[in-house]
Amino acid sequence: MSLHAQDDPQLRAEQEERLRAVWKPPSGLFLRWTDTNNNRVGVWYTLTAFGFMLFAGVLALIMRTQLAVPDNDLVSANTFNQLFTLHGSMMMFLFAVPMFEAVSIILLPQLLGARDLPFPRLSAFGYWSFLIGGVFVGGSIFFNAAPDGGWFMYPPLTTRTDLSGLGADIWMLGLSFIEVSSVAAAVELIVGVLKCRPPGMRLNLMPLYAWYILVVAVMILFAFPPLIAGDLLFEMERLLNWPFFDAARGGDPLLWQHLFWIFGHPEVYIVFLPSIALFAMMIPTFAQRHLLGYPWIVLAAVGTAFLSFGLWVHHMFATGLPKISLAFFSAASEAVAIPTGVQIFAFIATLWAGKVKWSTPLLYASGSLAVFVIGGLTGVMVAVAPFDWQAHDTYFVVAHLHYVLIGGTLLPLFGGLYYYWPLITGKKLSDRLGRIAFWIMFVGINLTFFPMHLSGLEGMPRRVFTYPEELGIGWLNLASTAGSYMFAAGVAVLVVDLMLSPTRAKSSRNPWNAGTLEWLAHPDDEDWGIRSVPLVESRYPIWDQKNFVAKVDEGRFFLPDAEEGRRETIITSVLDAKPVSVIRLGTPSVKPMMTAVALGSVFILTTYHLYLIAALGGVVTLGCILWWLWDTAEIPEKPEKPIGHGMRLPLYISGPAAPGWWAMFITMMADATAFSGLVFGYYFYWTIHPDFGAGFDGPGSGGPLTALALSLASWAATLIAREVHHRGSVNAARGLLVAGAVTAIASLFAGIGCLDGLDPEANVYPAIVWVLVVWTVVHAAVAVIMQLYTLARSIAGRMTPTHDADIRNITVYMHFFALTAIVTYLTIGLFPETGL
Amino acid sequence: MKRWLKGAHRLRVTLWTLIVPPTTWAVHFLFSYLWVAISCERIGRWALFPTAFAIGTVVALIVILASGVIAWQQSRTPGDPPPHNEGTDIDRLRFLAYSTMLLAGLSFVAVIFTAMPVLMLGDCR
Repeated sequence: MSLHAQDDPQLRAEQEERLRAVWKPPSGLFLRWTDTNNNRVGVWYTLTAFGFMLFAGVLALIMRTQLAVPDNDLVSANTFNQLFTLHGSMMMFLFAVPMFEAVSIILLPQLLGARDLPFPRLSAFGYWSFLIGGVFVGGSIFFNAAPDGGWFMYPPLTTRTDLSGLGADIWMLGLSFIEVSSVAAAVELIVGVLKCRPPGMRLNLMPLYAWYILVVAVMILFAFPPLIAGDLLFEMERLLNWPFFDAARGGDPLLWQHLFWIFGHPEVYIVFLPSIALFAMMIPTFAQRHLLGYPWIVLAAVGTAFLSFGLWVHHMFATGLPKISLAFFSAASEAVAIPTGVQIFAFIATLWAGKVKWSTPLLYASGSLAVFVIGGLTGVMVAVAPFDWQAHDTYFVVAHLHYVLIGGTLLPLFGGLYYYWPLITGKKLSDRLGRIAFWIMFVGINLTFFPMHLSGLEGMPRRVFTYPEELGIGWLNLASTAGSYMFAAGVAVLVVDLMLSPTRAKSSRNPWNAGTLEWLAHPDDEDWGIRSVPLVESRYPIWDQKNFVAKVDEGRFFLPDAEEGRRETIITSVLDAKPVSVIRLGTPSVKPMMTAVALGSVFILTTYHLYLIAALGGVVTLGCILWWLWDTAEIPEKPEKPIGHGMRLPLYISGPAAPGWWAMFITMMADATAFSGLVFGYYFYWTIHPDFGAGFDGPGSGGPLTALALSLASWAATLIAREVHHRGSVNAARGLLVAGAVTAIASLFAGIGCLDGLDPEANVYPAIVWVLVVWTVVHAAVAVIMQLYTLARSIAGRMTPTHDADIRNITVYMHFFALTAIVTYLTIGLFPETGL
Repeated sequence: MKRWLKGAHRLRVTLWTLIVPPTTWAVHFLFSYLWVAISCERIGRWALFPTAFAIGTVVALIVILASGVIAWQQSRTPGDPPPHNEGTDIDRLRFLAYSTMLLAGLSFVAVIFTAMPVLMLGDCR
């Protein structure tokens, strides 16, 4: 297909017909919900997260009404506890993080000129998990069963079943389920940014939004798993009475605080960076010039990501840790102001150097910067430990965090809403209503939260359901309440603006005259994403490359056709975006939704202690996953296909060039991080107890070392199987896979054997040994499933020596399994008996 | 020295080399935290092996400085015309190198920030 061929309008029409047929969304009352195309799933995701935001906002309004006057009795103390816990938890877990994922799922393929992200069904699975978990957690308040221990759920209040009811389980299990969907989204987004860029879009030409998303998705991989580890320990204590946080039996509630905040502080940046990323797209458009200081922004994103993992203890300044430890975290907290400042200055400089077109999105952007900077400044104040001791757990902190989150997440998202609405719907929102909404909100926000600094300094603690008149903070609280209603009125104007959108006419294409790829979208958009995948030579191709839009539209770039009737996109190399292969994408299917329902049932039934049915749900989930996987990594009908301009690309790749391999690697990074959270727990207890074993017998060394040897044998068998399979010895590889599975099963029993005589309810030492071993043997069980699955693929003819993605992917798993076994068995077997 | 600096141009640059300086900061930070936790909580007295801390800090600073100098050299690779934001091999190299250099600067400052409390505070209170 040369350039010449695309001159023929007849051919172009035929190509479009084929593309349209391939990307046709499913229709029908139920089937339409089985869609996996990023443009639909992303919109459902966004609307759901927006709905949860409005719901959590209403909860806040009820709280503010209760606090309007001293000694008020609108709601009871118990209801108030549920209100603030659910408000915080929903805003973080059901709005801020999912919203970033949702927006990225919509925007990223457009920005990268890809037809879709590499795993569309995974996005759909993430969405359904999010919806089920979100409704479960949010709906609990209607049954007076919502969590009531604060959004960080500190034990022992929350782990003692006589002090906190079902709400704590709903929080732990419901939100763990949502964390699964976040990790799924992170996998999707990382592989999307690294492997699905259009040809020519080298790392230095990548839109800054993609840089931010890459950084944030990597942060999710390292931030969420420690919380999953914490959740695991937490539920073990609540459901099985294992004393991880019970000081009487050697546990320590501070471990929860560590694990929670290792998640919780990076979390703040996980919700902040994607919003600031929206600025990085808007500001060049409205300054009508390239963004100044591109590498400086990359510095800011990467630097913030790293430093944000060195801040967690600044939430624990008042816990009595040694001052020197506090000082390390204080230092890192001050250092993070540097990259944060750099990006703000880069934005200001770009506006300064350009010809600014004043617009509604820019109004939101500049307003949010002002709000954010105030929050940032009080952040520098509370990062100083002695000041924090005074302000800790007062309304000063409430004021600080709301300034940061509203200025750093909410208002930029509203700005992004005004900016990107034409991209999604083809219609602009009303500039007039947008500005009215902005000013009402802006005044409302400051009126709500600024007085909180003062009420905090006057001594008003967080999370009290009322306060006495004598404290003299009645008028400050009344001002905050008035402000919150004003803020809500501003949001209501914005919602009205959105509701009026269907009545408005379509706007022109690229209405803001932006320069980046996502604005190729047409107001009457087709479902195929992009007509042809462009060759990118600039950071702002629409501005800089000649006839760019026309060439894309006329299919003059790559992959302008769908000859084989398959959904396809191009995979490129990580650094320089050289085309590597064409992959076939997942089509609409009921499988992701069913898997999410099955997995949801495991979490929800466990909450109600219905373990048997929950276990059944687990089996169904496994069945769904295998059923889903069976169609993946299919052997194509021909080895390669032309993509235009005389280029031919393979239709099958395996190993580190393939998206599937990366997905496995990234998932296992998250898995290893969760495991390191548990190992941290083991050494944490060792550090704080002079006598860690507390007189309880350990597992000895023999059992653990046997289990380790068997685990490593299983790993070696898989590794050798991969090599001999590659060399064509299929039968030898099958034999080795069987041997691998047998040794993995043996390691599983040897691991369980180590636990003989250890009572996990007696003391934290046997309990943490139990957890490490259970974690490892569960991984051994998964290894068995993977080896047998690969064997089945080989027997079914779905894996051959030249098409060996399955065995390459499970080998990645086995590397991580071996690492887990080494750390677990050496830790429990050789430590602390022979140690210090 | 000059020849050595020229040799820096030939080193391979990837996304992994970009994160060498901040990773060094992270490792230094983690060890500082563990060092204090084990000294103060486990042993119960201040500063086991203060010399080890000093050496570790100097090593971290040297690693960051070295990657910064290499990156600085690579960010000046001659070839394409300014402003060096084209889709060429050299501009991609210059971009990654320049970003690495900036991260080295930030990491250098951050390591010093982490080391400061040890100079200022002398016990476990």
